[in-house]
Amino acid sequence: MHLVYPLILAVLLFCIGLYGVLARRNAILVLMSVELMLNAVNINLVAFDMWLRDTLHAGQALTLFVITIAAAEIGLGLAIVLMVFRNRATSDVAALRELAEPGAGPKSAASSARTAPGNEAA
Amino acid sequence: MSALAAAADLSGSGGPGFLSPTGAEVAFVLIGLVVLGSALLVVTTKQIVHAALWLVVTLGGLAAEYLLLTAEFIAWVQVLIYIGAVVVLLLFGLMLTRAPIGRSAELDSASKWPALLVAGAAAATLLTVVVDAFHAAYLDLGETGDGSARVTGESLFRVWVLPFEVLSVLLLAALIGAIILSRSRGDDADRRR
Repeated sequence: MHLVYPLILAVLLFCIGLYGVLARRNAILVLMSVELMLNAVNINLVAFDMWLRDTLHAGQALTLFVITIAAAEIGLGLAIVLMVFRNRATSDVAALRELAEPGAGPKSAASSARTAPGNEAA
Repeated sequence: MSALAAAADLSGSGGPGFLSPTGAEVAFVLIGLVVLGSALLVVTTKQIVHAALWLVVTLGGLAAEYLLLTAEFIAWVQVLIYIGAVVVLLLFGLMLTRAPIGRSAELDSASKWPALLVAGAAAATLLTVVVDAFHAAYLDLGETGDGSARVTGESLFRVWVLPFEVLSVLLLAALIGAIILSRSRGDDADRRR
């Protein structure tokens, strides 16, 4: 098998995930796009492990580690999304502007004043 | 699987041209098209729950790609952890945040066109570099058994055992953190809607 087939698949999958991270508003859809990007990296790792005939199998071991870290990331990310939803009743990443610079967002001052009790609980 | 690998091995001497693909290459490209199409649907569909279901198709197709790359153990780990655990977790997250069933507008932010521009530019750059660097590289998937569970397990528990244990502690810490974060305290039970 030519090495470019897995590499091109990985590149296109990574860029689809990149588009999803930038364009989606729902936080859970952003997490799904991050999973797509991590999977693209995994294809690269497996393909280069096979190509280089690594005797230590570093590529496959690292793929397993990336899968584990993705599981940890999705657990923590969903916990944070659920807590934000509990405090703000939204999972829209475009509405969370409390950490933006003052004056950067159109309504950052009003929304940060409104949700100040939620901040200290967090 | 072994028939596919043998087919790749028969014509694999010296790296044949792109115009005479082997059976494994044809299967890889076809499954790759399915993977890319369902990944596009994940990031563009208007129904949130459908995005999670298309993600199942994408991840399952990737497991088949790992099988074609003769990485069996990775393929089954992909099926078990991603499709078995991560997608179920995502579906639970969608339901707990009361995601609407059916079409919902406002899923794409206002920065849709800049995002498309960034992704397209990244794809063009990476494709140019990767194709230029690796167009002559040939992956000889012989009968080496490099990706079997035996070989992977031996290297994992002989060479990579310390990172493995550190990672298990990291996973435990992350899951305990997730439990503590999502535990509902008594004082904010009345603040919830």
